[in-house]
Amino acid sequence: MAEPLLRLQNITKRFPGVVANDGVSLEVYPGEVLALLGENGAGKSTLVSILYGLYRPDAGQILLEGRPVQIGSPLEALRLGIGLVPQHPMLVGRHTVAENLALGIGSPLWPARRILPLIERIAQGYGLEINPMARIADLSPGEKQRVEIVRALLRGARMLVLDEPTSVLTPQEAQALFRVMQELRQAGKSLIFISHKLEEVLAVADRCVVLRRGRVVGSLAASEASREKLALLMVGRNVSFERKRKPAELGQVVLQVEGLKARSSRGAVALREVSFELRAGEVLGLAGVAGNGQSELVEVLAGLRRLEGGQVVLAGQPLEPDPARLFEQGLAHIPEDRIQMGTVPSLSVAENLALRTFHRPPLARGWLTQPAAYRALAQERIQALGIATPSPATPTRLLSGGNIQKVILARELAGSPRLILAVHPTYGLDVGATELVHQALLEKAQQGAAVLLVSEDLEELLALCDRIGVLYQGRLKGPFAVEGLSREQLGLLMTGGSLAA
Amino acid sequence: MRLEYLPSPSPWRQTAAAGLAILAALGVAGLVFWAYGVPPLTAYATLLRGTLADPNGWAEVLRRAIPLILVGAGLALAFRAQFYNIGAEGQIAIGATAAAGVALFWPLEAPWMLPAMFLVGFLAGAAYALVAALLRAGLGVNEILTTLMLNYTAYYLVQYLVQGPWRGRSLFGFAFTDPFPPQAVLPTLPGTLVHWPTLVLGVLLALLLQFLLSRTTLGFRLRVVGANPQAARYAGIPVGPTLLVAGLITGGLAGLAGVGEVAGIHKKLLDSGDITLGYGFSAIIVAYLARGQPAWAILTAFLMAVLFAGGDVLKVAFQMPFRVVDVFSGLFLLFLIASDFFAQHRVRWGR
Repeated sequence: MAEPLLRLQNITKRFPGVVANDGVSLEVYPGEVLALLGENGAGKSTLVSILYGLYRPDAGQILLEGRPVQIGSPLEALRLGIGLVPQHPMLVGRHTVAENLALGIGSPLWPARRILPLIERIAQGYGLEINPMARIADLSPGEKQRVEIVRALLRGARMLVLDEPTSVLTPQEAQALFRVMQELRQAGKSLIFISHKLEEVLAVADRCVVLRRGRVVGSLAASEASREKLALLMVGRNVSFERKRKPAELGQVVLQVEGLKARSSRGAVALREVSFELRAGEVLGLAGVAGNGQSELVEVLAGLRRLEGGQVVLAGQPLEPDPARLFEQGLAHIPEDRIQMGTVPSLSVAENLALRTFHRPPLARGWLTQPAAYRALAQERIQALGIATPSPATPTRLLSGGNIQKVILARELAGSPRLILAVHPTYGLDVGATELVHQALLEKAQQGAAVLLVSEDLEELLALCDRIGVLYQGRLKGPFAVEGLSREQLGLLMTGGSLAA
Repeated sequence: MRLEYLPSPSPWRQTAAAGLAILAALGVAGLVFWAYGVPPLTAYATLLRGTLADPNGWAEVLRRAIPLILVGAGLALAFRAQFYNIGAEGQIAIGATAAAGVALFWPLEAPWMLPAMFLVGFLAGAAYALVAALLRAGLGVNEILTTLMLNYTAYYLVQYLVQGPWRGRSLFGFAFTDPFPPQAVLPTLPGTLVHWPTLVLGVLLALLLQFLLSRTTLGFRLRVVGANPQAARYAGIPVGPTLLVAGLITGGLAGLAGVGEVAGIHKKLLDSGDITLGYGFSAIIVAYLARGQPAWAILTAFLMAVLFAGGDVLKVAFQMPFRVVDVFSGLFLLFLIASDFFAQHRVRWGR
């Protein structure tokens, strides 16, 4: 093969207490898709930050086309031809696509208008469909991502770093992204593709580099890799992808939703006549592109949002909109936003574990809290779920996403919940943590809990659920039995199609 | 030059940053003295000699510390619940007014008079803060604005009373009420203005609030609501009522401070600016320095009191305006807030 475009030699980056990158060496060739894999905390983000000039390595060298370079800032990274497509688009919502793209590079007068021909040329050249006059706020996540890609190309990027690009996309959008990636690759651009989804990596990458605890533990051609092989490298142990369980033994109806109507916080109609039933032992999946009423449905069920029509019956009783009461009636809620809703980041692990039961014995005696009981509770749960924390007194903001989710699971699933609302429970988690979350949910279902699983990860839904419904513009399609349901069918339903064909 | 964020800076680093900030504030304040024609070192030496190196100075410091402890401890608790009460000036004035009302118009006997004044002063201050707390909890009105504006209504209410209906019959020409009856006056340490019962009350309440915050279920609620209201809602902790409690406590303690000032020092109600003397605003610094820990407010109030007493010393020694205190405390707050940044970031030089 030709000279590598980029070569990293022994990159080492230390933070107080951790070595985030420990002698990482890798190279990327022109016209190649390199997948960068690793669990959370393996050092991928640090490496990306070093490439994009956000951090400087403590040791090691970066060679671009054989010449050593210093990347001191994102601006220098762009000048050297390294572009980043961030996981969450960083765009000005009220401005148009062209205005966003002109930021920082446009001429002082009519910056957006003058840049239009350039945008069109790049968009057409790589099959990136975008409307330069559309407002960012009106775009879907996939469209925003295309804007980010165009931005990097506008700045002359020869190498693109895509940070978990598919985590916010529908299957169809992801397919479109992969086609764009192929176009870019054929044009000789180098791509670094970061993903947790091993199927995707195997489908689009030429080579995979696996990081674990800051070190490169494996580098192999995609053609030689398999899901199991990659997972073994990432986690350091065999990971089970087997999620199928015995056919659910369905019990009584736990949750009955009939003709449910609700509005979003902005006052728009978010749910129109949603009806379904959920039985003990059943896992019901809820698919849908974000913003089609999933959040509102969960909030109504969790007692956080008023219902405007219809009724919800939980275990034979009309649902009371009081989260504390509902928890006592056996409703567990693993919320969408695990940091801003599921935990209080500045409070300790022990206090976060106590968030639901702090006012009851043994955590409280009358008005007084019992620190010893907090510690005992925390130690027990930390052990049971293997929460990696320096101590029970550590604030949860210092924990990784996976460990924060474990704290929430430990708290919510502690009793024997009747109904579990799990919203994107594995979003952004690595393979190991994902396995743990899945197993915890399935175990509870086996024990007779009803689970409502909201997810954008169709693999996850198909693997865990007995039935899957799709929310589209506030209406529920289905639920359909999972047997015979395909990703493509779900993708079609998510974008407004029907199963009739 | 690069900045690196430190997620959990060591206590040593935080202390060092605060220490350097105080030195820097002293340095810049020194420039102010120098511009005023007073050599900075002479000024600081005089300040120390007149306060901590002198029994009378100590008495002055303690007298100033009393309202700062009470208000500062209450504010520290309110800030933890993210209830930003900057209306303590008004709540002090209302507490003082209510206590004056009891002293002047409710003929109670000796053992009952002072407790009644403290109780009514607490309730009045609490009720005054409750206005802002209700608006915040019920309608989401920003309490920073409402509490600030309510300072003015309190100020003019007191003006109206002392110049109008409550104006003393025995004091012609002055905007004062009549002096309080003897049973409505607090005892002081001999030869000083240190009304020690209020001092004891303040220290006890600061410790009590600390206990409330860290060891009770109510304290847990306050901390959760303050740190993350969304998580509080999620867990079923009522956000509104918890904010009301925070408002009641912080307003009540400011009210108590007002009672102490009129019953211990002035022995009458007078223009509210002469009662509050900016304690309500300086207590914000006290609470800020205490990092939301009411017990620490005892210490930080004492430090602020040294500045207050020092201002008096400077006024006498160098004919400086008393408001030099504001310059001082302003500089301290400015540098301390800035120092937070340096406590949480490490500066790296070079490439």
